[in-house]
Amino acid sequence: MHIMEGMLPVGWAAFWWGLTAIILVAGIIQLNKVVRKNREVLPLLAVSGAFIFVLSSLKLPSVTGSSSHPTGTGLSSFTFGPLITAVLSAIVLLFQALLLAHGGITTLGANCFSMGFFGPLLAYALYKALQKTKLNIYYTVFLAAFVADLGTYVVTALQLALASVMNSPLAISALIENFSGFLSASAGFLGVFAVTQVPLAILEGLIIVVAFKYIAKLKGDFLLKTDAISEEQLTKINS
Amino acid sequence: MSSIKVEYILIAALVIFAVFFVWQTTWSDSEFGGADGEAEELIYELNPDYEPWWEPFWEPPGGETESLLFCLQGAIGALIIGIFFGYYYAMNKFKKQNAKA
Repeated sequence: MHIMEGMLPVGWAAFWWGLTAIILVAGIIQLNKVVRKNREVLPLLAVSGAFIFVLSSLKLPSVTGSSSHPTGTGLSSFTFGPLITAVLSAIVLLFQALLLAHGGITTLGANCFSMGFFGPLLAYALYKALQKTKLNIYYTVFLAAFVADLGTYVVTALQLALASVMNSPLAISALIENFSGFLSASAGFLGVFAVTQVPLAILEGLIIVVAFKYIAKLKGDFLLKTDAISEEQLTKINS
Repeated sequence: MSSIKVEYILIAALVIFAVFFVWQTTWSDSEFGGADGEAEELIYELNPDYEPWWEPFWEPPGGETESLLFCLQGAIGALIIGIFFGYYYAMNKFKKQNAKA
């Protein structure tokens, strides 16, 4: 999902940076609150960030004959929410942009929006909607982690498709004139990213489910305090 | 899912994934390049005169250094995950031992 350095027109780079800046400020404020008022969950925060580090470093081969990496944002999405997840992702993306020339500084805004915020936001919304239903919590965790991963790549594809027909977010008339161009570009970028990602998102979902199970078994308090599980569901896992 | 252990499902998925990949490499001559690079090609296809307006400050000199740094990123994460699960596993174990004593 990394948009390479300089590959977004200036207007778009600035637009995504602006959005991401707001998200990161809100995320840092939220993170400060957790650090001050909810210190006992900090190990869970560290391990959530660690999953982003590990999973986003693995470039896995996929059925389409290309390689891509999972995002690892599932766990932090439904425990700490999309704003804090954006801050954690920004650290990883900065590491990759500066040391690996993977992604870039000018495209960090766009990349952080897709991987750190929008995918996790979808996952968070889905998790909260399903959490209170009778659905087995493992399915809920799986679906949320799957959506965090796949959602990220769909956003990247749309970001690139928009940039391919509009020089900047202000060029709305260009989009209206060339809407069919936008649709075919979307199909093209979705073909590159989303199709490749489906098997990887399934794998990532399963990894997060197993991680979730062991966190619940070893230190279920973390999930209770972050509102990711109810007492009842926790007893069921541990029985 | 609760009747079948989630660990087994994960292991089965990993095995299917690996077997499929090995089988695929026997007939496909794909090099499994990055999707990020393919997207870059598509950008140029759609807008042939697009020019990147910014270059990375620093690039790893080659594949070896790049894999070193990716490995380092994974290792940092794995270390934290190991400490986390190891710490709480041991804590639970000693709690049970103390309760017995």
